[in-house]
Parts: sequence; C-alpha cells; structure tokens
Amino acid sequence: MEVFKNEEGNLVLSAMVKGIQENKAYLGEVDGLIGDGDHGMNMNKGFSLFEKRFLDGAITFTEGLDELGTILFSEIGGSMGPIYGTIFMDMAAAGEDYEEIGVKELGAMLEAGLHGLQEIVEAQVGDKTLVDTLSPAVDALKEAEKNGLSLKEALQNMKEAAELGKNSTKDMVAKFGRSSRLGERSRGVLDAGATSCYIILNSMADAMAANLS
Amino acid sequence: MQRIMNDPDNIVDEMLQGFLKAHSDIVEGTENKRVVKAKHRKEGKVGVITGGGSGHKPAFIGYCGENLCDAVAVGEICSSPTAAAFLDAAKVADQGKGVACLYGNYSGDNMNVKMAVKMAKKQGITVKTVVANDDVASAPKDQREKRRGVAGEVLMWKVGGAKAAQGGDLDEVIAAAQKAIDNTRSVGIGLTPCTLPAVGHPNFTIEDGTMEVGIGHHGEPGIEVCQLETADKMAKRMVDIVVPDYPFESGDEVVVLVSGLGATPVMELYVLYDEIDRLLKEKGIQTYKAYVGNYFTSLEMMGATLTIMKLDEELKELIDMPANSMGLKQM
Repeated sequence: MEVFKNEEGNLVLSAMVKGIQENKAYLGEVDGLIGDGDHGMNMNKGFSLFEKRFLDGAITFTEGLDELGTILFSEIGGSMGPIYGTIFMDMAAAGEDYEEIGVKELGAMLEAGLHGLQEIVEAQVGDKTLVDTLSPAVDALKEAEKNGLSLKEALQNMKEAAELGKNSTKDMVAKFGRSSRLGERSRGVLDAGATSCYIILNSMADAMAANLS
Repeated sequence: MQRIMNDPDNIVDEMLQGFLKAHSDIVEGTENKRVVKAKHRKEGKVGVITGGGSGHKPAFIGYCGENLCDAVAVGEICSSPTAAAFLDAAKVADQGKGVACLYGNYSGDNMNVKMAVKMAKKQGITVKTVVANDDVASAPKDQREKRRGVAGEVLMWKVGGAKAAQGGDLDEVIAAAQKAIDNTRSVGIGLTPCTLPAVGHPNFTIEDGTMEVGIGHHGEPGIEVCQLETADKMAKRMVDIVVPDYPFESGDEVVVLVSGLGATPVMELYVLYDEIDRLLKEKGIQTYKAYVGNYFTSLEMMGATLTIMKLDEELKELIDMPANSMGLKQM
C-alpha cells in the first residue's frame, strides 16, 4: 500500500511554501476585490519566514506543520494568522505519531484542522470562507478511505473537491470577515481564503503524490 | 503613490521605533516588539489594554498612557495583532486585579482576542472584554452586534482608563466602558480611498466629485455613494444618521468627537464641527465637551467621522479626568 513517509516532510512543505510564494500577487488581487488586498502579502511573509527558519534540512511533515502554524499564529496575526495557525497546528497534533501517512491518516489530520478552525469561527460551508475549500477536501479523503482508494487516487479526488469548493465561493455572498460588510456586492468574486487554501492543498497533494513510498 | 517610507514590509516596525523615541516620556517598548506599554500608571489598579491594525494613528498606541490604556498590541497595517501580542499586552498590564481588553468589532481582532483571553486564563490572568460597535452605517440597528468599532473607541478607552485609574474593580471598569460604547454612535464620510503601502494602489475607489456615506476605517463600503456636498450638508447628513439611531434627544448632554480620516485638513474639520454644533443645539442637545482633530484615521483617506456619546454623571466625571497620551492630552 502506498504511503507518504512523515520524515520526508521537507518535500511537501517546500512545495506548499512555493505555492504561496508564486501566488503572492494573485492572492493580493483576489483579496483586493472585496478585501483589503493584503492576503498574499501576509501569507507570503509567514510561509517565507517558515522556509527560512526550518526548511534548510530534514523535518517531518507534522513538525513542519506545527512550526508553520506557530509562526502564522504568533507572528502574522490578522484573521489568517489564527485561522491557518489553528488548522496547521491541529493537523500536526493529530498526526504527530504517524510514521507513515496514508488515506486514513491524512483524512484524520485534515479533519482535525477543520474541527480546530470551527472552534474559533462559526463559518459553515456556503459562507464564502476557506471552509468551502477545506470541508469538501476532508469529505473527499473520508470518501476515498471508505472506498479503499489508493493515496494517489485519494489525493487527486481531494484536489478536485477543493478546487470545486474554492470555485463555488465565487457565487456566494460573504457571511464572515471584512467582505461580509459588502453583502450582495461580495458576489461574483472568489474568496481569498478559499483560494489560498486551495493553493496550499493543491501543492501539498502534488508533492505527496510525487513522493510516495 | 507619494509616500514617506523605506521597505513597505518594515513600515510598522520602523514607525514603532520612531514613536517610542518621540514619546519616551509617555510610552516604552516591551519584550514583545509588537506591544507598547505606558510608562506611568497607578499601582494596584485594573489593567486596561487594546490593540488593532496599524495605519489609524493616533489609534491605537496613541491612546497608551496615563489614565488611558496601560498596554497596546500592534498589528500589521489594517490587520489584527496576533493573539500572542494581545496576550503579552495583558501580561504587561496585569497587576493582579485583572485586565479589561477594550477593542473594536473586526473578525481578526475578535479571533485573536478570544484566543488571547483563553491563553491568559491558563496563566492565571483574568481578561474581560468590551467590543466597540459604534459605527451606525455598518449594520442595521437590530443587528448592532455586527457593527464595526470606529472613533467611538477613543471615548471607550477614555472612560475605561479613567474608571480603572479611579480604582474601579474589573467588573466596574468593564461596565463603564460598556456603557460608554452603548451610549455612543458614529458615522463616517469618505472622500478619497486609502492605499496599503505594500499593495501600492487603492483597493477601492471613490470617484472625483462623489463621497461615500458610512464608509469604514478600511474603506468598507457605506450606505450610499452620492455627489460631494458642502460641509453644511455633510454635517446635516451625519447628524441625521447618528442622532436618531441612539436616539439622542432634547435635553441630553453629549460628547461630540469629529475625527479626520487622515488626509483631510484639520481646518475643514472645524468647518464641519461648526455646523454639527448648530444642528445639535437646534435639537436641544447640549455639547458638554467636544474633540475635533485627527483622533482615529485611515492612512491617507480624506473624510471625517462624527461620534456622539450621551453622558450621565458617571461618564461626565470619567471624561473629565486628566489623561496623558500622544493622542489625547487632557489637564
């Protein structure tokens, strides 16, 4: 059965960092439409700090997630600091004992991240937040586990579900955060958090799928 | 973009360094470089803290000082401070009597404060909060809990800080600050947008010759966009939004705060205030005290906010207490 080795975290974490760095300007533009345009900048700042401090050598995937979450949480602030900080730290806590990460393990980790997030924000699917990306991604992994899919297939399904979820935010009216003040005027553009969440999950999935054992 | 800056990524840190040097008689830095504390405070009192994104000078650190806030958490531009910064501010301010965290209603601040309160509790520090929601234009009256906090926060800090300095216990400080904000209503009119230095262009537009009524401190859209009016008409529009919402009535004694949004000449604020005062008098509303100036800004946005707070005997006494900070000096 193919798995991803937790000890090979650097490969996946580097890909996640690269995903954010390469999309810094794009995320800024998406956020600028109904937010204040600093999402790409703040995410890039946090992920690049993490890269500088921790990606010089080997690091497990879960240790890396914990450090990344801690940086976002304690040094970036805004809304995204506590949101992604909580997601990554709770994913790390759920997976810290895994040596090998398969469909079940990854599903459990991502689910823990989603649950942690929902303890601090009340956003549900349909509210035009990153929950619209993260929640279907968790569902896709759970479904893949139930159907006995390989990790490669599960990652592919997760990516597709996350992308559909991200795209679905375009037609929604924001219920949370700064863009919720816009009401109907928030319809017609993607949610910045849902977009960055998709970029992160997509980069993570591709790098994992390319490095299975 | 015509701005005075070096690397925009460092602008908050560089601003802080300058601020601490310039106002070393009032404030000082702490171990957390994103937490500023007051140099002088009464011993044994309840701690008062706040925090928020940068770009609103004098808010938030401008209200760190004697009989005001004891410590302030500083965020990136228009972005909430971290939970760690709010926690460290609470630790710095705590003298064993608990800490009142008085801040504005924004999703990032709400999340970070919520987490900081939880972490403080684990460390044995009681932190209670008041969330300012004085901006009338940001949600209907029956959804007051969704309204943003704007310049009314200054009055909340003044009252909360004074109550703590008088020796009030934590619940009394919280009750006074809550009463201050419950008695306060604000509205803003924006004439030009603002630009985050690192973004380089405004993220919203206000066409020349128009104005946005009810604009937020980050350019959040208001109630309506209309043709630019004379100062007298703007004053009437603002009074007509703020007064009926509370509602302020004939015989009420109030504090009036007119703040510029950053780039409007202070001279124009007095033109606006002149008519506001006339309109309030016409309604029989007595202005007990007025503050006119740049009290809570939005980078280089042009425009102004009007804030009115209804007074009772307690609030009057607290508003009258001396205070010494960069943003508010009162003998």
